[in-house]
Amino acid sequence: MGALSIRDVRKSYQGTEILKGINLEIEKGELLILVGPSGCGKSTLLSMIAGLDTVTSGEIRIGDRVVNNLSPKDRDIAMVFQSYALYPSMTVRENISFGLEIRKVGKAEQQKIVERVAHTLQIGHLLDRKPSQLSGGQRQRVAMGRAIARDPSLFLFDEPLSNLDAKLRVEMRVEIKQLHQRMGTTIVYVTHDQIEAMTLGDKIAVMKAGEVQQFGTPQQIYDNPANLFVAGFMGSPSMNFIPARVEAMGSGHGVRLESGANTYVFPAVSANGKLKSWEGKEVVFGIRPEQITHKVESGLVGEHMATATMPISLTEPTGPDTLVLVPVNGREVTCRVHPAHARAPGENMDLMFDLSKAVYFDPASELRIA
Amino acid sequence: MAELFQTRNTGHTIGRVIVYGLLVLVCFYYLMPLFVMVTTSLKSLDEIRAGNLLSLPQDPNLDAWGKAWSSACTGVQCEGLAGFFWNSVSFVVPAVLISTLIGAVNGYVLTMWRFRGSDLLFGLLMIGCFIPFQVVLLPMARTLGAMGIANSTAGLVFVHVVYGLAFTTLFFRNYYVTIPDELVKAAKIDGAGFWLIFRRIILPLSAPIIVVSIIWQFTQVWNDFLFGVVFSSGERQPITVALNNLVNTSTGVKEYNVDMAAAIIAALPTLFVYVVAGKYFVRGLTAGAVKG
Ligand SMILES: Nc1ncnc2c1ncn2[C@@H]1O[C@H](COP(=O)(O)OP(=O)(O)OP(=O)(O)O)[C@@H](O)[C@H]1O
Ligand SMILES: [Mg+2]
Repeated sequence: MGALSIRDVRKSYQGTEILKGINLEIEKGELLILVGPSGCGKSTLLSMIAGLDTVTSGEIRIGDRVVNNLSPKDRDIAMVFQSYALYPSMTVRENISFGLEIRKVGKAEQQKIVERVAHTLQIGHLLDRKPSQLSGGQRQRVAMGRAIARDPSLFLFDEPLSNLDAKLRVEMRVEIKQLHQRMGTTIVYVTHDQIEAMTLGDKIAVMKAGEVQQFGTPQQIYDNPANLFVAGFMGSPSMNFIPARVEAMGSGHGVRLESGANTYVFPAVSANGKLKSWEGKEVVFGIRPEQITHKVESGLVGEHMATATMPISLTEPTGPDTLVLVPVNGREVTCRVHPAHARAPGENMDLMFDLSKAVYFDPASELRIA
Repeated sequence: MAELFQTRNTGHTIGRVIVYGLLVLVCFYYLMPLFVMVTTSLKSLDEIRAGNLLSLPQDPNLDAWGKAWSSACTGVQCEGLAGFFWNSVSFVVPAVLISTLIGAVNGYVLTMWRFRGSDLLFGLLMIGCFIPFQVVLLPMARTLGAMGIANSTAGLVFVHVVYGLAFTTLFFRNYYVTIPDELVKAAKIDGAGFWLIFRRIILPLSAPIIVVSIIWQFTQVWNDFLFGVVFSSGERQPITVALNNLVNTSTGVKEYNVDMAAAIIAALPTLFVYVVAGKYFVRGLTAGAVKG
């Protein structure tokens, strides 16, 4: 029995279906990421797990209890909101102990818990301040403190870092990860930042328009996206999608790519023969930027490696890598190369494609073919 | 560049002069009657008859005030305004507090605990702001009769609470929509219920709008004449009605100084409330989102 299981949960507002049958299950101690574009229903799902909103149909279990009809306070959960939602008229100390007080925890015990939480989050010196006297990052910590004080069996985070600046966001991300490892709590974490999703999650559910597109570990989702949407959503810069015709090639198949004056047919080594019925038709050939790099002479060359010479239309140095854009089949394709090997726009460059992780999609249904 | 600044500054200054000039004029316009009232109330009748309206009193004394308070005739009895003043206090205070409290709860429900049809309900309540007093007189009289509180302090409190609710609800609801509902959600998850959230989270944020509601209601209820004259009688009447009787009771000479003193006495409490809480009134009316 999982720590949280969501079975065929649907939600409609005035006849419009916002969630269209969600199924998810995680084990105790896991961190589940709900990720997806704005408006896809992440917060709605979280509200229903929290009990702030009712499900139209389906079942939500926390531990071994069906919680559909329980009020938020009886669900043994805590939540951190995007806006932090600290009580403005209370001090930090009162904010943290409010939930304890309601649950009739003794004064001395409350004191002990507040101290422990303050120590964990290093907010001891802020305990007697009001929320209006705190910085964004400090408020964020207090909001987390309020959540961990009650030691619930499930934590819900709704985009807790999205109001912080970039640097602080990275710091807090690390801290949340450490906190999770140390306390071993079960967490559902909403974000629309795919880096947060990859770095924090034990499991990721990628959502779009009220449906879970794919549910799996970060690596599964990154390496084996179920459809075009997931493939494009996860990863930055995102995966290249190149419309390409499937052609017979030796015993298998390949995709036909044109760039500048050259035409190549790359073997679909990762397709395992699944492209057979697509011969002569167009598919979407998906390859991540880091799988296209400068040509190295030594070793690596094998059946899954293909080389090509392509004209550069643009370069974007990022520091550790330089992104090189080349035209393929009328699309700009991003390649990630070592800065020392990057050539200037207008020149040709020898590139090497690692085809072992290439993916192929049906252009109509956008589903994965191979 | 310099010239540009120059012209802008001159334009600015002229604008200022006009604005301040207008303000002074308006101030003068409003304060003039008060000045006449105060000086007249401090004069003796002889002096009033002899002198001019704007002159300062030669021998200021509080005789007229004393008479207005405790011995002027309001109809058949001659006991001044004192009793009626306390009549007013006795129903205004509960009416103001009750209508403010209910308005706060209404606003809280209409923003934080919405239910099917709550917006419609709010819309209907708002119609209450536009219903003239006269329209409700008869139905209200029957209602009070049916409730057995006709002609009583309780009845008058009830009338004013009902009539004021539309306004207080409007105030509180418009204030509470600026409070993020995540606050209430967080409190629900912390385990707080309806009343606890109201008391511990919402009310502590409401000071500015409570002041607005109290000032508004106090002014309305204290100054009301029509409900007072219709729904009370004899010695239970509010001060506004008594003042009217006092001024209209003609036993020989018209005592302008007593009339003026009486009018000021009747107006003092609202003035007092405004002076004490006025700056919160303005602040409350303009209060924006609550910073969290
Ligand atoms: N109370 C409501 N009534 C009607 N529609 C609603 C209600 N709450 C949410 N929705 C709709 O449900 C959809 C999902 O909203 P939700 O807040 O869950 O999105 P989200 O994934 O959290 O987006 P974001 O990343 O912007 O926070 C939106 O299209 C929204 O308009
Ligand atoms: Mg959201």
